[in-house]
Amino acid sequence: MYNFEFKQPKTISEALTALKSDEAQALAGGQTLIPTMKQRLASPSSIVSLSEIPEMKGICKNDDGSISIGGGTTHADVANNSNIFPGLVTLAENIGDAAVRNRGTIGGSLANNDPAACYPAAALSAGATIVTNAREISADDFFQGMFETALDEGEIILSVRFPVPFLSSYQKFIQPASRFAMVGVFLSNFDNGIRVAVTGASEEGVYRWVEAEGALKDNFSESALNDLLIEPKGIIGDIHASKEYRAHLIKVMTKRAVKSAS
Amino acid sequence: MPDVKMIVNGKKVSGFVECRTLLVEFIRNDLQLTGTHVGCDTSQCGACAIHVDGKLVKACTMLALEANSCEVSTIEGQANEDGSLNFIQQAFKDHHGLQCGFCTPGMVMATADLLKTNSKPTELEIRDHLEGNICRCTGYHNIVKAILAASGQDTSLIAAE
Repeated sequence: MYNFEFKQPKTISEALTALKSDEAQALAGGQTLIPTMKQRLASPSSIVSLSEIPEMKGICKNDDGSISIGGGTTHADVANNSNIFPGLVTLAENIGDAAVRNRGTIGGSLANNDPAACYPAAALSAGATIVTNAREISADDFFQGMFETALDEGEIILSVRFPVPFLSSYQKFIQPASRFAMVGVFLSNFDNGIRVAVTGASEEGVYRWVEAEGALKDNFSESALNDLLIEPKGIIGDIHASKEYRAHLIKVMTKRAVKSAS
Repeated sequence: MPDVKMIVNGKKVSGFVECRTLLVEFIRNDLQLTGTHVGCDTSQCGACAIHVDGKLVKACTMLALEANSCEVSTIEGQANEDGSLNFIQQAFKDHHGLQCGFCTPGMVMATADLLKTNSKPTELEIRDHLEGNICRCTGYHNIVKAILAASGQDTSLIAAE
């Protein structure tokens, strides 16, 4: 990888100042960015590590019952926290492998918005709020296509606030080599509605399957999904799985999520 | 070049590194601790697995500067004080948990990490924890068997010898 300047600020304000320099890139857990830099697909002139900022780590329960997870909190810490709801625990404990989960962070995953990453599905399904240094962004507005988010240059995710669904499930069909989702479905059931988010499948990245949400609202059972059709158009097709196969998996994984949450 | 300091296997070490120097490069090239292997260099194989501040990480996917002021354990620090194999290493030897041995340092470090929090892991828990460690020789059966033995459990249900 090409060389760069390295800064490791201890506070958010120092990090924001460091990120103002030209071509500065924030480094979270590095489990995507470091391999990307090795391949020279990214070559920032300055790296600002966010891993030594205590204010960005940790999990707490808010007065309204929601949960806030610091942007720098690792997948392992989310998986092992008793405040986290079941679907999110399953999700965090099945990202990558044990070593990756000790470094990778929720903020890094959401900011990268890999079309096959797990966390975007949880954030979108649960209707999370992404809290940055500048503003609060609803998950519905945050994800803007493959590797694209609403974040501006130099803007970082300080925390993510999750409303807690009374039922939740994450079902992931693992791509066995990368351990990313071939297709992953996150289902959240709230008093005021059901939200279904699909990752790994669309060329536009994570999205809500609103037809399934409507069908499940009337009849929360696997059979409610039987008549729904998913067109392969716009679905990712590659050497691992064709468009048709992934389209098929969306319904299968959603049914599994319904069964698991029931 | 910036300087980096850490404690590796109980000893204070320091050196000057480029910002882009990976932790595994610092450990192998600067400290000459070549037991930590580089198998794939793409974060997949786990041959470079070590512990940083008590947590299992892939040393090829972390910058040396990110480990500044940290406590690092590598395979070289695993043997007993008299130099004999520790209970995990001995179990790998006894149960033929390695053939070429290239993946073994990472396997031993991942096992040590598992047994720290789960003293009697099931076969499924063992296989799950070794998800990030690839072995191209053994087919994993004897590695699982070695870990069951290292944790004092019955190995008779593991088929392969």
